[in-house]
Amino acid sequence: MAASSTNTPSGAKPKNTWTLGSVFVYGTLIILALYYLAPLYVMIVTSLKTLPEIRQGNVFALPDAVNLDAWFKAWATACTGLNCDGLSRGFWNSVIITVPSVIVSIAVASVNGYALANWPYRGANVFFTILIFGAFIPYQLMLYPIVIILRNLGVYGDLVGLIIVHTIFGMPILTLLFRNYFSSLPEELFKAARVDGAGFWGIFFKVMLPMSVPILVVAVILQITGIWNDFLFGIVYARPETYPMTVQLNNIVNSTFGEKEYNVNMAATILTGLVPLTVYFVSGKLFVRGIAAGAVKG
Amino acid sequence: MHSVSIQNLDLSFGAVDVLKGLNLDIYDGEFLVLLGSSGCGKSTLLNCIAGLLDITGGQIHIKGNNVTWAEPSERGIGMVFQSYALYPQMSVEGNLSFGLKNAKVPKDEIRRRVDRAAEILQIGPLLNRKPAALSGGQRQRVAIGRALVRDVDVFLFDEPLSNLDAKLRADLRVELKELHRDLKNTMIYVTHDQVEAMTLADRIAIMKGGVIQQLASPDEIYNRPVNKYVADFIGSPSMTFFDGELKGGRFVMGDVNLPTEGYDFTGGQIDGKAIMGIRPEHVASGRDVEDAAYRTTVTAELVEPMGSDTLIWADFAGKRLRVRLDGQMKIADGDQIEIGINPAKANFFDAASELRL
Ligand SMILES: Nc1ncnc2c1ncn2[C@@H]1O[C@H](COP(=O)(O)OP(=O)(O)OP(=O)(O)O)[C@@H](O)[C@H]1O
Ligand SMILES: [Mg+2]
Repeated sequence: MAASSTNTPSGAKPKNTWTLGSVFVYGTLIILALYYLAPLYVMIVTSLKTLPEIRQGNVFALPDAVNLDAWFKAWATACTGLNCDGLSRGFWNSVIITVPSVIVSIAVASVNGYALANWPYRGANVFFTILIFGAFIPYQLMLYPIVIILRNLGVYGDLVGLIIVHTIFGMPILTLLFRNYFSSLPEELFKAARVDGAGFWGIFFKVMLPMSVPILVVAVILQITGIWNDFLFGIVYARPETYPMTVQLNNIVNSTFGEKEYNVNMAATILTGLVPLTVYFVSGKLFVRGIAAGAVKG
Repeated sequence: MHSVSIQNLDLSFGAVDVLKGLNLDIYDGEFLVLLGSSGCGKSTLLNCIAGLLDITGGQIHIKGNNVTWAEPSERGIGMVFQSYALYPQMSVEGNLSFGLKNAKVPKDEIRRRVDRAAEILQIGPLLNRKPAALSGGQRQRVAIGRALVRDVDVFLFDEPLSNLDAKLRADLRVELKELHRDLKNTMIYVTHDQVEAMTLADRIAIMKGGVIQQLASPDEIYNRPVNKYVADFIGSPSMTFFDGELKGGRFVMGDVNLPTEGYDFTGGQIDGKAIMGIRPEHVASGRDVEDAAYRTTVTAELVEPMGSDTLIWADFAGKRLRVRLDGQMKIADGDQIEIGINPAKANFFDAASELRL
């Protein structure tokens, strides 16, 4: 040790990492990635082509010229049944459904989970079991009873009805998520806050929520993508004027009369998928940051 | 007046009774240590005093008020946890002032108390940091500060030092002792570290299975343990126990026959099966052997030099006797040494009840 008193690191250099094994692993990963990206590529290039160009048949060829007509048509003028204002109507319907459903369901479920984890009251376990059991009842069984309930409430076919349905159906899994997260936080923190005189809401807002950024992000991702991608509830509980974007997409793509406009279909599909995609990209970063900010060891 | 008074406290988790009819009176300004092996209910008792657990039966009084059903924040207690339990998203200052803000203490008063606590604990320069940016020792100071600012009568500590390394633990132990000397609050301190218990406590309560075995000063617990469990629990290495018989003022075990003159039998002298326990440091050696009532020569089977003293393990009357010698004595494995046993410093227990004789 005394001999090598320089500042340079000593000892054997790490081995070259390009072993046969790693070539194999990376090769496989690249092939798999290409396999999954190929459909997206086909969709994008097709949406930028004109119909005559598509008829030539080479799906992998790049477009001769970038043509955005299909995108405009998909957004603003494509016909679904009687309405010919494209996906835009469905987009705004979906926004109006998703935003309040996400906010209300997460707000209620986080309080549920907190109460179950930290303020166990008599019967809390029974309540929790029933709630979780609800998550396992097939949706199909509840479709019609809910139609009746919504009709009696006078919101059947309205966006409000869909918001109520999404909020309630998100409850079991979100409550489970929050309960487990709050149970995993150190119990002594909760005790310290009680000794410090904070009450039910004080502890929730000042101690628990600030530590819950990671789980909130997870819940938001789960809810936005789940509600945005919902098709079943949309088609059952809405009217043509209140159809969410997914149902409209289906109607555009599956319209039986006239020529199949592949470019419009592709553009419409990408437009519909754009919101969940954006959520994944944006929140991925937030998610990592959230975990880093919440981490305190010891 | 008693600072904390616990009467017939019962606590069970479902079918498991953790505390059974526990009585404990703690004097004003006393430093009481709850000591016991893992799972004996120390934390549970502390949580009951703090009001963090709903008790099954009994009453708790703090400063003369019946607080059995009072909220933790209304009991006049401050608590320090083993895992520090600092609010990670708040600065040190935020952590210290959280309780005061909840109690709607005026701003300048909060400022004054936070500054005072920061000065006492020397954490002034850290006030704007987040807990994540503190060392373990600094975190624990902040946690103590959080109890300090609340200006409470009773401090509750649940193994506050056990997450720290040995050196830091010793330093903070001394600081805690000074803190208690200066503040004169009542402190209830849970630990399973004997050294902490012996050095800090005015009185120690030794617990086993939710029951207090002995409540006494460290000196009393060390010299006059009430039963074999306490005798065995206190002291490191622990006592060596010999099974034998008390017969006409002598303790007989096999060929060895010891006089018991000088031992203070609590209930007069009883003949019958008994257990003798003797601490390693109470086995006489060197020049002291001459004064001992019983002398013999043993072989050092195993020698453990520890610097300040040396431990040897020797076969005596069919048991491995532990003997503590002066660290300056040069001893090697297999050496013969002369030892002496003084009944006055030994402990005798009834063989059946294991209570002190
Ligand atoms: N929430 C709970 N539910 C059921 N049993 C519990 C609960 N909390 C503690 N116990 C049990 O109560 C007993 C006493 O636990 P306690 O935490 O008071 O022990 P302790 O003396 O503090 O131990 P340690 O030194 O390990 O901290 C243990 O046997 C434990 O298993
Ligand atoms: Mg404990």
